[in-house]
Amino acid sequence: MKFESLLRQVLGLGSSKTGLSHWIHQRISAIALIPLGVWFVGMFIVLLPASFEEARIWFSSPWTVALAVFFILALFYHGYLGMQVIWEDYIPHELTKWTLIIVTQLVSLFMSLLAIVSLLKVFLS
Amino acid sequence: MVQLRLPPHSRVQKGKTYPSPSQGPRMKLFHVYRYDPESQENPRMDTYELNLDECGSMVLDALLKIKDEVDTTLTFRRSCREGVCGSCAMNINGTNTLACIKHIDECQDDIKITPLPHLYVVKDLVPDLSFAYSQYDSVQPWLQAADNPPPDKERLQSEEERAKLDGLWECVLCFCCTTSCPSYWWNGDRYLGPATLLQSYRWIADSRDEATGERLDALEDPFKLYRCHTIMNCTNTCPKGLNPAKAIGEIKKKMVERVV
Repeated sequence: MKFESLLRQVLGLGSSKTGLSHWIHQRISAIALIPLGVWFVGMFIVLLPASFEEARIWFSSPWTVALAVFFILALFYHGYLGMQVIWEDYIPHELTKWTLIIVTQLVSLFMSLLAIVSLLKVFLS
Repeated sequence: MVQLRLPPHSRVQKGKTYPSPSQGPRMKLFHVYRYDPESQENPRMDTYELNLDECGSMVLDALLKIKDEVDTTLTFRRSCREGVCGSCAMNINGTNTLACIKHIDECQDDIKITPLPHLYVVKDLVPDLSFAYSQYDSVQPWLQAADNPPPDKERLQSEEERAKLDGLWECVLCFCCTTSCPSYWWNGDRYLGPATLLQSYRWIADSRDEATGERLDALEDPFKLYRCHTIMNCTNTCPKGLNPAKAIGEIKKKMVERVV
């Protein structure tokens, strides 16, 4: 049984004074992904019929690799921020929610590192 | 996980049908949600046939006619019958609105009336708004200023400053917007909801109020404010034609302004 007043329940633990940076980062990464996404998809279509050697030459330019790394970072960061909101929205069970958030964070970090290291391997070869 | 189906005791069953004693060229069927907590029965949809030639033009008129002449146990809130008290907020044909300013003629087919969604139902069309009122209470919706002007002096405000409150002060706290918001459905225990946030912005935007910083501090939270994902149901459903989504957007802009 709970005798807590409704106002106490509403106020809860108070404002966490966070959320603004998450909101800003989500929007900045979304804006960055518009041109980067168009560039990446265009490059992907152009390179689809190309041989590995042609692709390797394309990725020997530091500009191409820097843009690709930028795209990968923005993509996985934006994806992680979005998934975090989805878990917070739809998973009321605290332990499940936090597990999913942490797993998403680690998987996003690992996948972005894997993509960047793969790009650098091609760049340095 | 999110429950996709209602709990067994909340599932709505088919109810009784009440044919109209008089017939005419303008007959209309009203399907009304009925729930009596004392009966231990599931909610049901009762159907009332009305002759519109013998009834007022608004949905509230139809409900009053049903209560007066057909079924006196039908329970709903109403007071001003002109859209200023916000009491008769309910869901009519899938949209939250005020029954007193909703024309029956606007509805093409049968009219389906249910309580505001995703709230506990007290009885029939009466939802429990206690928690929503406490959320409103939590944003301290009153003028806060350190200096107390002499009692014979008003707090001055220019026409431009006053104009910033237009689109905010008109809110009648019917909670149509709040209960139409999916984010509020899923996280209503922590998200304040569009009505409360619009009311909070009403004081943030007020040039006479001196607690803007404290008000923004209290809202800066991933759940209290940032659960708003600009779904826009609130703006689409507001029976007063207000724009709570814009008010929430303005609060978010103020949050950015104070760090940039």
